[in-house]
Amino acid sequence: MTGKLDLDPVLVARARELARRAGQPVVDLARSHTTVSVERAVLRLAGVTGADPDGIPWVNRLVDAVAADVGLGHGVAVPVFDALVREGSTDVTLLAQKAAAGSVRFTQPTGRAATAARSAARKAVGAGIRRIDRRRAERDRLVKRHGDPAQRPWIYLIVATGDIYEDIPQAQAAARAGADVIAVIRSTGQSLLDYVPEGATREGFAGTYATQENFRLMRAALDESSKEVGRYVRLTNYASGLCMPEMATLAGLERLDMMLNDSMYGILFRDINPVRTFVDQRFSRQVHARAGIIINTGEDNYLTTADAVDEAHTVTVSQLLNEFFAHEAGLADWQLGLGHAFEINPEVPESFRLELAHALLARELFPDAPLKWMPPTKHMTGDVFRGNLLDGFFNLAGALTGQGILLVGMMTEAVVTPWLSDRDIALQNVRYVLGAAGGLHEDFVPAPGGFIRRRANQVLGEALDLLDRIGEQTLLTAIAEGTFGIMKRPADRGKGLSGVAAHEADYCNPATDILEAAA
Amino acid sequence: MSVVQTGKQIVRPYGDTTGDGMVQVSFTLPVTHDKRAEGAAVQLANKMGIDPAMVVHAKPMGDGFTFFVVYGRVNHLVDLGAVQVVERDFALLSAKDVNTVIKQRLRRKLSVVGACIGTDAHTVGIDAILNVKGIAGEKGLEYYRELKVTNMGAQVSVPELVETARAEKADAVLVSQVVTQRDAHLHNTREMSAAFREAMPAGRRPLLIVGGPRFDETMTDELGVDRIFGRGTTPGEVASYLVHALITQRKAMA
Repeated sequence: MTGKLDLDPVLVARARELARRAGQPVVDLARSHTTVSVERAVLRLAGVTGADPDGIPWVNRLVDAVAADVGLGHGVAVPVFDALVREGSTDVTLLAQKAAAGSVRFTQPTGRAATAARSAARKAVGAGIRRIDRRRAERDRLVKRHGDPAQRPWIYLIVATGDIYEDIPQAQAAARAGADVIAVIRSTGQSLLDYVPEGATREGFAGTYATQENFRLMRAALDESSKEVGRYVRLTNYASGLCMPEMATLAGLERLDMMLNDSMYGILFRDINPVRTFVDQRFSRQVHARAGIIINTGEDNYLTTADAVDEAHTVTVSQLLNEFFAHEAGLADWQLGLGHAFEINPEVPESFRLELAHALLARELFPDAPLKWMPPTKHMTGDVFRGNLLDGFFNLAGALTGQGILLVGMMTEAVVTPWLSDRDIALQNVRYVLGAAGGLHEDFVPAPGGFIRRRANQVLGEALDLLDRIGEQTLLTAIAEGTFGIMKRPADRGKGLSGVAAHEADYCNPATDILEAAA
Repeated sequence: MSVVQTGKQIVRPYGDTTGDGMVQVSFTLPVTHDKRAEGAAVQLANKMGIDPAMVVHAKPMGDGFTFFVVYGRVNHLVDLGAVQVVERDFALLSAKDVNTVIKQRLRRKLSVVGACIGTDAHTVGIDAILNVKGIAGEKGLEYYRELKVTNMGAQVSVPELVETARAEKADAVLVSQVVTQRDAHLHNTREMSAAFREAMPAGRRPLLIVGGPRFDETMTDELGVDRIFGRGTTPGEVASYLVHALITQRKAMA
């Protein structure tokens, strides 16, 4: 604790303990269930690639075929590799094609056959995880060669044209103009697709489809840019929605550097079933931990639906839960880009001081996490001049409170998808503030007993009260009752529930086994 | 809805003197910054009716792009008499009055079903109107005691919406559309209104209302809906309109 807010360490420890207590039942749930997407991710690690002529990935066809024959509860790895051993083949993609044609029957083997299948599966999945390890080592090498950005926070910029070949020059231009992290926003609606599209894509709505090939193309382009600008330019995408575990896996395989990966976002904002989300999330975080990927959590989103002053404590609670889930899955503090946002109505008196109190509270509670600082969106009115001023204050708050990752705010938020000039003006704003006041966090210590300290302590107190209440019910009930972002999401509703299965006694997931053995 | 026409009245943009016609614009040209680029900016401004045009700022952006800020005098005149807009043609009621009218004259709760349809995942609009929290200090429709609100959230399919409207015996259906790429908001709205026309006979159809920042409020007939609400609409306006269209006006016509 650096002690800029005089937080009571006993209360902070209690908050973490309450978060653990609230989160543990959800972890237990995640450990005893699997989903179609977790199983598909395992198959991707085992080497299944490509899609059928209709664009449905072979992993989907294979998981569906196995589930139809023996159900999902054993895990697909053993039945798949049992069939492969019986076929005398090692080509899992070919097996998927045969399975889709109906020429393979799956069974859950026992005895010696089970042992053989298990060992073959572990070998194949192990090879996939070693590929992720190699990509991580490659990142370490490139960061060493090109260097990290000279300043903190890292400057994070979004591109989203829908066309990967249009995104690439825009991303490269952004890197030249000072962006340290490029995020490619996904096409609207991708989160609700229960498969990952294939190949390079040139059409999307308000974003570009996340596909393995698009990941590869953009990463290669940014490797060029890194060389050119003399710093390693990071790439971000989304491990969220119904295919979260597969997205994490593909990100690891293609050396993405950051992934949006919130524990509750899909539940609250996409109406994805809570159990599905928590199971998928645990697996994807285990992959991120292994791949050296920094996750970005989505607390900023609560404040776009709920009031940023009244509900500030729900952000803190969610950050604590995200931290608990992340640590449990093996992520280190440096990988926790916990989210929060500058979303207080600027008409509220002392709104900037309130923002500073909230931002500093997050900084002090999570001193070793990079923290993702999100710009104003809700109170962007279309008045681009006022918007630019508001973004300037947002940037200043980021500098004053030592944020790790700063998403560049656009004064044309809610008006148009950013133009080239909007991005240039926004980056100029960031550069000015960081250039003029980048080190101000050293000098910024709120006065003892003053407004900022009082407010931060008040929010922490409210967070503790809420965690207490969650502890009395359960996290799933709290979500069902609309505690976060005022969305009510019961555990037996929502999209993707049919893709969830409880583990059978002989459930086998070689990926989880390997990832947990390392942790 | 009434399209209001006012008498002929000519105005020009105002810089600091009546009638000076001064405007400020900014734009980007895909050319490297040099003298010729600035000349090109002046030429564009002239063609836009800005003459004389002053390029007050020109800044290179990346490879081969220049950003300009131009001030100048436009020679266009605006005839206020020829402006067509949709004026509010119903009385703005308080939440209390809305409840009272529904209670006394409808004698049951008024059922409202809301959703974002298509792939649009932006619930900010529908939530601002429906959630208790509301917007800009004004409570959303869920706060109105006499309204029964069903908020279906984001990415709802049209058949799901029609089914829910039927199940909830919806008096009104509210659809929010934020994403406008490739005119998605217009296609989605037409699909929605067509589905309701097909599924229910004229007298039994709920009132169809769409809202979003990029709609043209005069396009109701083209889109097959009863009302379009644009940017900056408040829950109170929507509630007042519901009362007007479903109770006050209907009774008046009967």
